[in-house]
Amino acid sequence: MIPKKVRSHLVQNEDLIFEQSSPGKIGYQLPPLDVPEVDPVEALGAGRVRASIEDFPEVSEVEVIRHFTRLSTWNYAIDLGMYPLGSCTMKYNPRINEAVARIEGLAWAHPYQPESLSQGAMEVTARLEEALLEITGLDAITLQPAAGAHGELTGILLVRALLEAQGNPRKRILTPDSAHGTNPATAGIAGYEVQNIRSNDQGMIDLEELARAVDTDVAALMVTNPNTLGVFEENIVKAADILHAKGAMVYMDGANMNALVGIARPGDFGIDVMHLNLHKTFSTPHGGGGPGSGPVAVKKHLEPFLPVPRLRRVGDLLTWDYDRPQSIGKVRAFYGNFGVLVRALAYIYAHGGPGLRNATVDAVLNANYLRHKLRPYFELPYDRPNMHEVVFSDDRQAAKGVRTGDMAKRLIDYGFHPYTVSFPLIVHGALMIEPTETESKRELDQFVEAMISIASEVDTEAETVLKAPHMTRTTKVDEVTAARKPIVRWQKG
Amino acid sequence: MLAVCGLQSADELFEQVPAAARIDHALKIAPGLSEYEIADTFKALAAKNAVGYASFLGAGVYNHYRPVVVDSIVSRGEFLTSYTPYQSEISQGTLTTIFEFQTMICQLTGMDVANASMYDGSTAVPEAAMMAVRVTKRSRVLVARSVHPEYREVLATYAKNQGLPVEEVGYDAETGQLDLADLDAKLNGETACVIIQSPNFFGIVEDTDAVAARAHALGALLVYTFAEAVSLGLLEPPRAADIVAGELQSFAISPSYGGPFAGIMAAKEKFIRQLPGRLVGETKDTNGNRAFCLTLATREQHIRREKATSNICTNQALIALMATVFMELYGKQGLRELATQNLAKSRYLESKLKPRFTGPSFNEFVAVAGDPEEVNRQLLEKKIIGGLPLAKFYPELAGTMLLCATEMTKRADMDTVAEVFTS
Repeated sequence: MIPKKVRSHLVQNEDLIFEQSSPGKIGYQLPPLDVPEVDPVEALGAGRVRASIEDFPEVSEVEVIRHFTRLSTWNYAIDLGMYPLGSCTMKYNPRINEAVARIEGLAWAHPYQPESLSQGAMEVTARLEEALLEITGLDAITLQPAAGAHGELTGILLVRALLEAQGNPRKRILTPDSAHGTNPATAGIAGYEVQNIRSNDQGMIDLEELARAVDTDVAALMVTNPNTLGVFEENIVKAADILHAKGAMVYMDGANMNALVGIARPGDFGIDVMHLNLHKTFSTPHGGGGPGSGPVAVKKHLEPFLPVPRLRRVGDLLTWDYDRPQSIGKVRAFYGNFGVLVRALAYIYAHGGPGLRNATVDAVLNANYLRHKLRPYFELPYDRPNMHEVVFSDDRQAAKGVRTGDMAKRLIDYGFHPYTVSFPLIVHGALMIEPTETESKRELDQFVEAMISIASEVDTEAETVLKAPHMTRTTKVDEVTAARKPIVRWQKG
Repeated sequence: MLAVCGLQSADELFEQVPAAARIDHALKIAPGLSEYEIADTFKALAAKNAVGYASFLGAGVYNHYRPVVVDSIVSRGEFLTSYTPYQSEISQGTLTTIFEFQTMICQLTGMDVANASMYDGSTAVPEAAMMAVRVTKRSRVLVARSVHPEYREVLATYAKNQGLPVEEVGYDAETGQLDLADLDAKLNGETACVIIQSPNFFGIVEDTDAVAARAHALGALLVYTFAEAVSLGLLEPPRAADIVAGELQSFAISPSYGGPFAGIMAAKEKFIRQLPGRLVGETKDTNGNRAFCLTLATREQHIRREKATSNICTNQALIALMATVFMELYGKQGLRELATQNLAKSRYLESKLKPRFTGPSFNEFVAVAGDPEEVNRQLLEKKIIGGLPLAKFYPELAGTMLLCATEMTKRADMDTVAEVFTS
């Protein structure tokens, strides 16, 4: 069956830029020099000047444009359709955000220009801080971390700094077995041992297991809420109490904040510190893997430890305050990924308070709609109402030799990006689906149709699914050879 | 859709959220604005920043021309709105551009392998230090005091929590280059790496080979960092280094009040499995066609979890793409011409002022300024943002400022700066 969303299409081939290079071609212009020329060898010394940049490209402007335009047609993107990647919150990236981030006074502001000539940029920062604090219900925030994982690291360093100030940094961080891989990796980088906590039969934090694990060597619990099954941790308040009773803290991975904005605030349910992913919840573009931004919000007791500098209002003016003796220091140069902050603030302005809540409602409704539509065809290991995403398992299909990864590849032939495969680890053969509020019922129904069709192919023509994708320009790639004999750069043949 | 879910109202969707955890009020954020109002709001904010000033600020963030082609390409939805390229079959566009990026970073730095990019230069440096610690199984880190002060601050934050002692190596008070005698005194068999920046924070080109020889003699690695990538168009690449970790902001990435930028991490071939971050490798698809994919993922957090080389998930793909387009547009000839213009402009300005150091500078230098704040105040009246007074980062350099001139700097403005300095 050829689904409605796709048909065959001409896709051009394209060599690497190095293979198109031809001596003497240029794609740039510089104005004539208005100062005396300088001989580099004379100015810098003979041993310091390179002969040339060997094998560097030499191409014209139109060749550059065609090169990247052709390459771009080999990508899938949100602009082409639904991206049901669980945990990744692939929502529409509004273009007004791009436009305002390019306004000269913002895009060309130098981080060291005088504060008196930076008040606009500082105001953007202040307003975003204020909005994010209202959304999270926490007391203070830093916008410095460059990405979610960077925010996690910052958050755990804050925990460590507070505990150290109290005399003992402690030894262990607890992570549920449903956690994102970054959580244990972060704990390790921050100098902590990691202890896994088994979830209960509902996929939730097991309070008894938790109580057994928490002692005065535990620094914090890192928890994602809603958890990676897309379900709100019903015992989060009690879990926080268990940690707090032993002087430990609760860190929240904000990856799933798209389920909570305007509905529930981490500051109200026992969270001490959390990060947000502006590139998920607040619509800044993923850009093929960055840039992101990972603000960290905290309760009052962690505020003295936030990275320097902190924004402060003095009269009518904003100023950067570096005099913070208890600060963990800097986690990144300057003030964070400012351009991403501008986009996130534009998103918040476009929605407003009521609109942000509506977006959450739509995201949760979309995910529940998919659960109901797909549950007759796929196993639902934790069968209960979900928030913004839903996790199926491949149990029924695996019995016929087809796994979640195979079906994900087949989904590409139907014109969709795959869902998240084999995560969370607590679900065997997981299909993790997050539609976000972006998708219309029409797009969701096309997705459902595709998934049902694949489920039926598993019964009738499993080979078609196993060998997918069939309709892409590039077929399945040999990742094993790539890793065994890594070729990570072009070299002149 | 509610009916399909067996629900009467949208509020029922949230019944799983315990009442105690729910928000008790409507978000205190004003109702949504139209597109026109949003644009207007940000234009008003932008107008409160410096607009229409000439600037002599560098210090890690440089004012270079940004060819318009760069924005046409990075604005394409296929690049802008795609995810990390895990699904190779439908991500060959992004993967191919990263492969070209990795290649050009190797060509520029003289290294064998480069990753898909880092957050920025300031975070690439501590990642390089941690990598050197893994490679050498030693823990002491030596960092030149002439490395960007904010990079050193970030390094201190990371190192403290890894239990890595970091010690600074001074600079020669006359040349502004690394003080080799101080290096000799501090280097020993426990040193994991020596970190230098070139051109350093004072704009001065370091003698990389001399530092490398000393580090290698004691089994330490040399980490070379740079904040001004344009310098690579002209300077001898740091082939003697083991790891190169730097910042690409100069390659068509707008200053944007300090970010987002893109860092790089490159190294000798033998260290490939210790590199943090994403790597793209070449392979074939089942039809035998050339294809690319993310590779060596066993180093990364989603596989290794707490044993990963770093907790980094993303690179800075879209920003690295800006740099990729820039490098291909300027190419072999352009990057050299650009670097040569920068050198000429900066040397012109330097010839009119009193440089603090004698070492060879690239496109910025430290000038003796008497009262730098007063000089800058007078320049502001002429719509010129002067240099960075160095007392904030280097108390011993009070009375000096760091000035930068690029291909964007006009001779007339440099003459004005010279007048104010000498008046």
